[in-house]
Amino acid sequence: MITATIQPTFSAWRGKARELLQRGIRPEDVDWCDATQTPALLMEEPAAYSASPPADIKVPAEFLNLAASVCAHTDERRFAILYRLLYRLTWGGERHLLSHPADPDTRQCQVWAKAIGRDIHKMHAFVRFRLIAVDEATQREQFVAWFEPEYRIVQLATPFFRKRFASMDWSILTPHECAHWDGQDLTFSPGVSKSEVPDADAHDDLWRTYYRSIFNPARLKVQAMQSEMPQKYWKNLPEAQIIHELISSSGERMKQMIATPERPVKPMPDNAYLKKLHGRKRPEPLLDKEQDAVES
Amino acid sequence: MELTRKLEILADAAKYDASCASSGAARKDSRDGKGIGSTGGMGICHSYTPDGRCVSLLKVLLTNACLYDCHYCINRRSSNVQRARFTPEEVVQLTLDFYKRNYIEGLFLSSGIVRSADFTMEQVIEVARQLREVHHFRGYIHLKTIPEASQELIEKAGRYADRISINVELPTQEGLDKLAPEKNLANTKQAMGGIRVKIEETVTARKDARQIRNAPRAKAPVFATGQSTQMIVGADESSDALVLARADELYRDYRLRRVYYSGFSPIPEPSVLLPIKPPPLVREHRLYQADWLLRFYGFDVGELLPKEEPNLDLELDPKLAWALRNRHLFPVDVNRAPRELLWRIPGLGTVNVERIVAARRHSRLRLIDLQRMRVSLKKVLPFIIAADHSPRVAVLEDANLRHRFLPAPRQLELNFNAPPPATPQDALMALSGQL
Repeated sequence: MITATIQPTFSAWRGKARELLQRGIRPEDVDWCDATQTPALLMEEPAAYSASPPADIKVPAEFLNLAASVCAHTDERRFAILYRLLYRLTWGGERHLLSHPADPDTRQCQVWAKAIGRDIHKMHAFVRFRLIAVDEATQREQFVAWFEPEYRIVQLATPFFRKRFASMDWSILTPHECAHWDGQDLTFSPGVSKSEVPDADAHDDLWRTYYRSIFNPARLKVQAMQSEMPQKYWKNLPEAQIIHELISSSGERMKQMIATPERPVKPMPDNAYLKKLHGRKRPEPLLDKEQDAVES
Repeated sequence: MELTRKLEILADAAKYDASCASSGAARKDSRDGKGIGSTGGMGICHSYTPDGRCVSLLKVLLTNACLYDCHYCINRRSSNVQRARFTPEEVVQLTLDFYKRNYIEGLFLSSGIVRSADFTMEQVIEVARQLREVHHFRGYIHLKTIPEASQELIEKAGRYADRISINVELPTQEGLDKLAPEKNLANTKQAMGGIRVKIEETVTARKDARQIRNAPRAKAPVFATGQSTQMIVGADESSDALVLARADELYRDYRLRRVYYSGFSPIPEPSVLLPIKPPPLVREHRLYQADWLLRFYGFDVGELLPKEEPNLDLELDPKLAWALRNRHLFPVDVNRAPRELLWRIPGLGTVNVERIVAARRHSRLRLIDLQRMRVSLKKVLPFIIAADHSPRVAVLEDANLRHRFLPAPRQLELNFNAPPPATPQDALMALSGQL
């Protein structure tokens, strides 16, 4: 039995997996451990099995993408199942394994990758930048955001922000890892605590005004909102502060709408463009009913 | 009037437009450090309001003053709503400020009609022009266009926008004559035809430009990549069959990306010509499901809505309702049936159909395999054959099969004398497109 103790990153897993694969180590002979979870005192034993590797160890590019996502997950079985998948793809000769969605290993990795994809998507959606300063020398605006992703996705998710916000300086801070962009390089640093981030932005009020006004109280669907924007994200979203208020006042607002007396039809104003529009049409567009409506 | 108040009025005025898509734009970004923003690929919903709708774009009107008298609309000239008007600069600044804070994907700009269609169009275009040319904004822009505006102005709008749209509002001219006397279906279709031609010319020209080696990229023309529209449901008597037949025509003849269905909901300025009672929210949801079946599952309007049943079943999703009317076609063998038949199995979405097709090349599929793909077995079991499953004949012939699928009675969230609202599962399905 071999104990592979690695940092919980894709590059660490890939380096170790490549080495084990070259040595022909079978998946059932490896015990994968997260170095940040386990005291790294366990002895690594020499290989119990070895043979010459297949002429060339090739894996589809699709596998590397899948592995990069799966490694960002936090399930402790991920490194072992990923290695088993890799072993089956190469030594096992099951080269089409990734196109077999009913295979338990493939399916499990796809499920994890999907969770990672969703977490990345939610990060792209729910990061909220706050303007903290304007650099006097370069005139570049400087923004900071605090975000709490479910998985370790900072390196996977931040290239998107570089493309989109290349002309601003920004930092995205999370408990695990932080990303920083200065117009030249995207760099990463260890995680920090929330207290290092400013609490609000001057525009948050205007944003809440928009959020309040775009909400339609006549069609409340709270669960539909929560399934896409789970409560765990609310604490870092400025607009979420007014959700309860919007929900609790909607019934009353709806009642008022229904109780409002119906407005009569107003006559057509004297406007050349409108006359042209009406002149083009057939003369009988239910004017009688409109007239009834005005009188009633 | 201060900016906050204007935003209140002009966002409130825009919220009845259901369109929120920010996907399908041409790929662009700001890595050159000049402007700001990016588009391409999947759109992003940056927030959700308690009505379950996503907030993707800053959706506002330039002004809510309007010459038209569309009775379902809060901004019609007969309404007593407070009027306001943004300057183009105000909208530009709001868009940029919101965008930089990652609140939004871009701008959805519409306007009440003031003076004339052309005058209004020019104002709307000016906002988009400033964003693109002065600020090099590469985020998403959706412009609402007016069918009566000149073709040159519509084309100009298309050069700045990622998407343009014209709302048909109601499926028939009779309905429009009654509720929106200034609107004309023929004009709308003509304008949509013009936009379709422009979109297709641009796609072809882009392809050509790519084929010529070393041709400068900038030579390729720029135009919106898609158009969409909206129909209001429940404001007139139109049946679902009429609504879907119109949508189907628009998809086929004008290549629309999306038709949005907006269930008429009470507005603070009710019109005497409108029903007091809104249609149940679930009707809108069923229309979206049927729309998906038309576009991605190979169904015809006539199959979903036979002459004797011109409205969709509110209790069951339209594919299940169709399957119960066509039981003789089932059970379908998931290990043998072609894609087109798999699409017709209630409970199977297109993604799972692809998984099944891929997986059955490796082995005969059993129920455990389907379960692993997260197929809802309860729903599919009566309709499929798998390696270890074959439904009893009696199940498919059972007159009570329908009852098996009806939702259990449950507490209502809010009840304004309307049938039960869509469940969260329904909402999820509507969002993911999975039936």
